[in-house]
Amino acid sequence: MRYIPHTAGDVSEMLERIGVKNLEELFVEVPDSVRLKRPLDLPEPLSETELLSELKSLAVKNATPGTHKCFLGGGAYHHFIPTVIDLLVSRGEFYTAYTPYQPEISQGTLQAIFEFQTMICQLTGMEVANASMYDGASACAEAVLMAVRLTRRKRVLLSRALNPRYREVVATYCSYLGLELVEVAVAADGRTDLGDLAAKLDATTAAVVAGYPNYFGVIEDVATLVERAHAAGAKLVTVVSEPVALGVLKSPGELGADIVAGEGQSLGLPLAYGGPYVGFFAVRQKDLRAMPGRLVGETTDLDGQRGFVLTLSTREQHIRREKATSNICSNQGLCALVTTIFMSLLGKQGLREMAEQNLAKAAYARQQLSGAKGFSLVFDGPMFNEFVVRSEAPAAEVLRRLEAEGFLAGIPLGGDYPELADCFLVCVTEQNRREEIDALVTALQGGAA
Amino acid sequence: MTILGTSGLVLNEKLLFEHSKPGRKGYSLPKLDVPAAKLPAELCREEINGFPELSEVDVVRHFTRLSTWNYGVDSGFYPLGSCTMKYNPKVNEAAARLPGLANVHPATPPHLAQGILELMYRLQVALAEVSGFAKVTLQPAAGAQGELTGMLVIRAWHEARGSKRSKVLIPDTAHGTNPATATLAGYDVVPIASQGVLTLEEVEAHMDDDVAALMVTNPNTLGLFETNIEAICKLVHERGGMVYCDGANLNALMGIARPGDMGIDVMHFNLHKTFSTPHGGGGPGAGPVGVTEQLSPYLPAAGVERDGDRYRFEPEKTDSIGRLMTFHGNVGIMVRAFAYARTLGGSGLKHASQMAVLNANYVRARLEGVYDLPYKRRSLHEVIFSDKDLPGGCHTLDVAKRLIDYGYHPPTIYFPLVVKGAIMIEPTETESQDVLDEFCDAMIAIAGEARDNPDLLHQAPVRSRVRRLDETTAARKPKLRWEANP
Repeated sequence: MRYIPHTAGDVSEMLERIGVKNLEELFVEVPDSVRLKRPLDLPEPLSETELLSELKSLAVKNATPGTHKCFLGGGAYHHFIPTVIDLLVSRGEFYTAYTPYQPEISQGTLQAIFEFQTMICQLTGMEVANASMYDGASACAEAVLMAVRLTRRKRVLLSRALNPRYREVVATYCSYLGLELVEVAVAADGRTDLGDLAAKLDATTAAVVAGYPNYFGVIEDVATLVERAHAAGAKLVTVVSEPVALGVLKSPGELGADIVAGEGQSLGLPLAYGGPYVGFFAVRQKDLRAMPGRLVGETTDLDGQRGFVLTLSTREQHIRREKATSNICSNQGLCALVTTIFMSLLGKQGLREMAEQNLAKAAYARQQLSGAKGFSLVFDGPMFNEFVVRSEAPAAEVLRRLEAEGFLAGIPLGGDYPELADCFLVCVTEQNRREEIDALVTALQGGAA
Repeated sequence: MTILGTSGLVLNEKLLFEHSKPGRKGYSLPKLDVPAAKLPAELCREEINGFPELSEVDVVRHFTRLSTWNYGVDSGFYPLGSCTMKYNPKVNEAAARLPGLANVHPATPPHLAQGILELMYRLQVALAEVSGFAKVTLQPAAGAQGELTGMLVIRAWHEARGSKRSKVLIPDTAHGTNPATATLAGYDVVPIASQGVLTLEEVEAHMDDDVAALMVTNPNTLGLFETNIEAICKLVHERGGMVYCDGANLNALMGIARPGDMGIDVMHFNLHKTFSTPHGGGGPGAGPVGVTEQLSPYLPAAGVERDGDRYRFEPEKTDSIGRLMTFHGNVGIMVRAFAYARTLGGSGLKHASQMAVLNANYVRARLEGVYDLPYKRRSLHEVIFSDKDLPGGCHTLDVAKRLIDYGYHPPTIYFPLVVKGAIMIEPTETESQDVLDEFCDAMIAIAGEARDNPDLLHQAPVRSRVRRLDETTAARKPKLRWEANP
């Protein structure tokens, strides 16, 4: 076995040194009654060549943006990934290290996390960001829990236009904490309904949670949500699952959000069937000590050199145990590094340019589709790179027909929104060329004619 | 003895932001091929304040230099106890990057994602076989999220029976995530003071009608097998409770014994420990959870099932605890773990566990008598020493820092909390006798230095890029981001 270096000679020498006769004796503490008395029933070992060939045969069975024209979004986005990123994160010093418990030999990871925290603050307009969460949905759940800790209130309002998967994860995390989760309706423009919000918001409300842009690609009026939430003494949690939008949109921090939770996948991570991605989490300085997750801080060493350490860990499970702000231990460190490299390559101009391209392409697609026979646009609020299309023919049928023509044309919405049973969510990014968009519009109408 | 640590040429490097120069670019995008669009001005931001402007070369040098300040398994021996820092096979990295696996959108209809669903299904089956559980969910992103999944499953099972139990028993050797998780699942934590191995009497003394579950780790964080596990599980079950097992230490048991056969009801795996996937400087990992048949209705939504030669997501289960992640979990990590299990097969996994246990016991044999060994029972995959007998006012921290000068990543220190000044060494199976000998020689030399020249330990490390860091000031005056004009 090429990963295990022991020769037969090594093994006998080591057994002798230990003072046992054979390997079996090492397991003397494992009672016979629980021993597995047969070999594990797993397929035979494979050589490297056989393994790669088996995996390639699995890989070719999957549709990707390389095999299909892809217009899928809904929380995971097909964006440009600079070549540099994978080469840098493939350095063994980064990806084979663990959590930087020993700062003297982990300065690479620590400085990169400090830079990640900084750029997440700059992007979101917030004051403190942590070292990462698992993904957007779990970050959203942690944001709800933090708002509950800060306000000591038990009622949480979740916009119906917030990604349904995020709402499910919030519900799972809160299952047994005695919280009341209340849904706020969607208005005709695709934004959170302010009337319904007013009706449900009260002095027991801990937080109002809304997407920015929301699940329908519509840009919420965060400033007004903040104003309403604050008037009731509640926190406003802004959830960003498409952070490229922040290249052009006002930052949630600037608009007054209290907690920003988001999904970093758009910033350089491959689609990977949903993970590993990376959650980001940013708050106000005054709320720092209630925040979950790891934090890296700047300090100096004995010689006065700048260096970085994990800090404020008295909030965390390994110190605080049952009183910790969260149970999170491993986060998504390497994915945070990916987004850090992405953000440094794209920089100030690049993220704006990418965002503007998404905006323009999606606007173009909407404009082309608005005249398409058999289809209409559902919401009229301002949008970023996604939008909801209503079809005269059943949505599932339309999408299935387009698959056969080589399109992943959208995500059907009926399962999550019965009122949108004939609708699907279309995402257009800088990766979709104009010809692809034109082809989509033509293909959609092909069946409607 | 050759000392691995040297002070070779290591380059200084500023923060990204300190390199930034207006007008520099590190990217290229195709020209926009549709008309530009504008949002209402009131929605738009000014430029992103402070965001860097760098060339591609700047970025490449920056992160390359940072990487050289790190220590990974690829650099050398990394005996971090309870973290199973085994070698991360390179072919697994190539596997996860195959375009047909890396570039699949999570909303791709299942009939167009058959390859990846088959892989997930077969990984579920393999993990169930290794652990002895009836069903496995792959969704949790890390061990702690796996714990939450498991405890929510247990809670859902109780609630379905109308049982409102409110307490969870946790031995004081447990990882901090265990009590933090129990709290998150809405339980009160009752710690059990343990004497190394949990006894039936200790559990019995705490096991009443209000206890929903016992959380154990087996082998525990002292590297000892919980020899009474069967009787303990039986007792907990008789009194209406469930037993959760933290699977962080499964690397000791593959092919030897299965938690599911011991009476344990739920266990999480750490694919980034036992199944060789890289730790990534703090994740991403993956924390699948195995459960017995009676608990399987409560597993998170959307496991993968097989129907003839087709694979699909299970239909919605009414009793499910719900969803833990936006999509299907850390699939890229599952690909690596699958590749590992396929490469080793059943015999290879057993061999890995045997060699892991051999290595830990070898280190123990070489260091016993040099360092205090608080627990004398036979060790499994890791061994815990303490600083009790160290002369010269030297403590565990000093030994750890001095190991850095010798060129090693230090063991886990000051954990488990029940051992004062704990030094927790987990060598894993991928280290040779030669590496272990060199490491033990270094540990012995350091014990000698503690006696003859303790200042070498107090000052250590001196060969790393930075020396000991001022953690007190970092916590008192937290500086958590760079600012242009602080």
